[in-house]
Amino acid sequence: MGWLPEAASTFADSIDGIFYLILAITGVIFIAVEAVLLWFAVKYRHRDGRKAYHTHGNIRVEVVWTAVPAVLVVLIGVLSVRPWLHIRSPDSIPPDAYAIDMTAKQFEWNATYVGPDGAMGTDDDVTQRNQLHIPVGRPVVVMLRSEDVIHSFFLPEFRVKQDAVPGMEMAVWFQATRTGEFNLACAELCGTGHTRMGGRVIVHSADDFDAWLLAEGAGPPLGARLASSTDQP
Amino acid sequence: MATTLTEHAPHADAHHHELSFVRKYIFSEDHKIIGIQFLFMSLFFLLVGGLLAAIMRWQLAYPTDPANPLPGGGLFPETMVNNGIILPEFYNSAVTMHGTIMIFFAIMPLLVGVFANYLIPLQIGAPDMAFPKLNMASFWTAFPAGLIMLAGFFVEGGHSSAGWTQYAPLSADPEWTGVYAGQQLWLISMIILGFASLMGAVNYITTVINMRAPGMTWFRIPLPTWALFITAILILLAIPVLTGALIMLLFDQTIGTTFFASATGGEPLLWQHMFWFFGHPEVYILILPGMGFVSEIIAAGSRKPIFGYAAMVLAIIAIAFIGWLVWGHHMFQSGMNPMLGMSFMVTTMIIAVPSAIKVFNWLGTMWRGDLHFHTPMLHAVTFVAMFVIGGLSGVFVASTPVDIFLHDTYFVVAHLHYVLFGGSLFAIFGAITFWYPKMFGRMMNSTLGKIHFWLTLIFFNLVFFPMHNLGIAGMMRRIYDFTQYEYLAPFQGLQMFISWSAFVLIGAQFIFAFNFLYSLFRGEKAPQNPWHANSLEWTAAPSPPPHGNFAHTPTVYRGPYEYSHPDAPGDYWPQNEPGPAAPAPEPVYAE
Repeated sequence: MGWLPEAASTFADSIDGIFYLILAITGVIFIAVEAVLLWFAVKYRHRDGRKAYHTHGNIRVEVVWTAVPAVLVVLIGVLSVRPWLHIRSPDSIPPDAYAIDMTAKQFEWNATYVGPDGAMGTDDDVTQRNQLHIPVGRPVVVMLRSEDVIHSFFLPEFRVKQDAVPGMEMAVWFQATRTGEFNLACAELCGTGHTRMGGRVIVHSADDFDAWLLAEGAGPPLGARLASSTDQP
Repeated sequence: MATTLTEHAPHADAHHHELSFVRKYIFSEDHKIIGIQFLFMSLFFLLVGGLLAAIMRWQLAYPTDPANPLPGGGLFPETMVNNGIILPEFYNSAVTMHGTIMIFFAIMPLLVGVFANYLIPLQIGAPDMAFPKLNMASFWTAFPAGLIMLAGFFVEGGHSSAGWTQYAPLSADPEWTGVYAGQQLWLISMIILGFASLMGAVNYITTVINMRAPGMTWFRIPLPTWALFITAILILLAIPVLTGALIMLLFDQTIGTTFFASATGGEPLLWQHMFWFFGHPEVYILILPGMGFVSEIIAAGSRKPIFGYAAMVLAIIAIAFIGWLVWGHHMFQSGMNPMLGMSFMVTTMIIAVPSAIKVFNWLGTMWRGDLHFHTPMLHAVTFVAMFVIGGLSGVFVASTPVDIFLHDTYFVVAHLHYVLFGGSLFAIFGAITFWYPKMFGRMMNSTLGKIHFWLTLIFFNLVFFPMHNLGIAGMMRRIYDFTQYEYLAPFQGLQMFISWSAFVLIGAQFIFAFNFLYSLFRGEKAPQNPWHANSLEWTAAPSPPPHGNFAHTPTVYRGPYEYSHPDAPGDYWPQNEPGPAAPAPEPVYAE
């Protein structure tokens, strides 16, 4: 039996929360409707002498069973708005988020980290294939692009999914809540090798992340960068 | 408005001279024969689509496992199956073609090509369609489209492998998939099929508006015809959008335009907007007719008027209308503006309401009824039970934040199969078993019908319910070898269980095929009205009806669902019965 993967980002609580709310609401409706259906099927099955009751309907019950589902779906919609905007609105991206460039192509993910000069897009940037290294407890913004066809950047444990569309640059932000190794997958059919377009997400503690940057020749260290930032949380 | 028929009646009689075999059964202008031609064609494609599913399920049960080669794999060329191993190119083709064939060449023609053709003139009391020659042209356009689609399997490079949704730029440039001719045949076939759909839609709309028998007012039209009429309007308005998009994609493929390629000014998301602007109305094209059939069968099977006939009609119209405003919910994760995503979430939530109304009205119809569980009724009630699951799972993916996680996972596969198989296909089985006696003048075997029903119900759920779990665990759809992902590898046992359930499910369909073919020749002779139903095809025409349908144009006195009326002598009251008639004989139901 499959269930939601372990949660490793700050988004997981709100997404999983709505998931469980919908599960509860639809679960009750599911059981109620199927139970009534079965009950009617047994109770009103044909037997000798049984006569059906002639009726063309009832306006009052029509109004009730129109209004109740309408209220429920509007409620679910309203509750979905805040987390959606928190995750997706460009205004929600924390200004101190650590930026990583991610370019998708058939059939690999290339993550680029800023080099020691502190500027992205210069020669000293460091690129790694099918590995995404991030610090724990700090917002990260992945600048997502595709070189060829549409891919989809999917981090199941982080509840992150965003299509990478050629010609567009998408800013995808999230914040890891625990260290460890997690999954990176492509969720959009992208060609023959789609199935092997996977990778790993490695979440480091803040100190380890700085050490990793140093070892890879990337930098400057995150600690220094955060200290110089004026918008610290 | 419904008086035009009198002038058609002599015309119908004039056709009673003997037609040659070719004019009668091949290039026929008779709506019933054309419907039956679509029936044989689409049942064949249903089989092809099922076999493609079996190939996918073998790979998912034994991903790239040399110890379990594909049975019969030697029949395929090495570019598809090598040493019993299904190659990823072929797997992607199978995924693409399973979806394409099932949607466009099986379910859609079964619902519309078969039943809109067969039922509309009979249910409204017309001798034929408004444009019989156009109707014939519709089938003879769809048929070559089917052949072209099949030809794609036999060309170098294999068949299209860009998914049935054909997302550009993957589909737009052969460089990305390695598929050349197959991709172009896919597009050409779909463009031709679109014309066939349009010819049908024009015919259905005109016929319903102009050719209703005297007394057949709008609110006396049986619900299958209502649903098919609204569906035809959706087809008429949606298909041209798809055709336009397909032509642009074909140009990108062949003559080097770049409508959907970003590097040279094109826009990949344009394809998605055009495809889903067609594609979401298409989803309702695939469910509304089934809702109509099920309403008819449940009313007749419950011996009760449909509960809330007007609400049922209005719900169909509401679904058809709101259905134009929800296409963006397929694109929540595409990079579309999040504000736009929010608006599409609202419309998508709203469209759940008319669907819920329909479910409650079906329950209301069964309430205090006298339920006869013959084979069509079993399928119709199961439609309701399964459609509830498909509808409720839709609420999860309608919520934008939850969709972030569930989008493009098996949860969506489960959801769409609960609607398209649990919904549409059960409605189709119900409709075929219900109208078969009218079509062929013989009853299907009810024991075989019930065995097929129970096996299909049980194994359908064993196949598709666990897919919700795979999706919740984060398994992506359209993945050739999920075991390459560490977090998905533990699900191989469940995948194997699903696959073997699917093989039984597919095997059970041969019981239906046998029953269908055997009953054509050996079935018990069908009476004119085996289900004691009220609508004109049962009460005014023999089984099967002759060319021209009715000896005399019927006159309609009441709605189609006057079952168990206190003033009527029997438990049904035909639409064309002028007043209380002599007591009907004791009902003998086909079980």
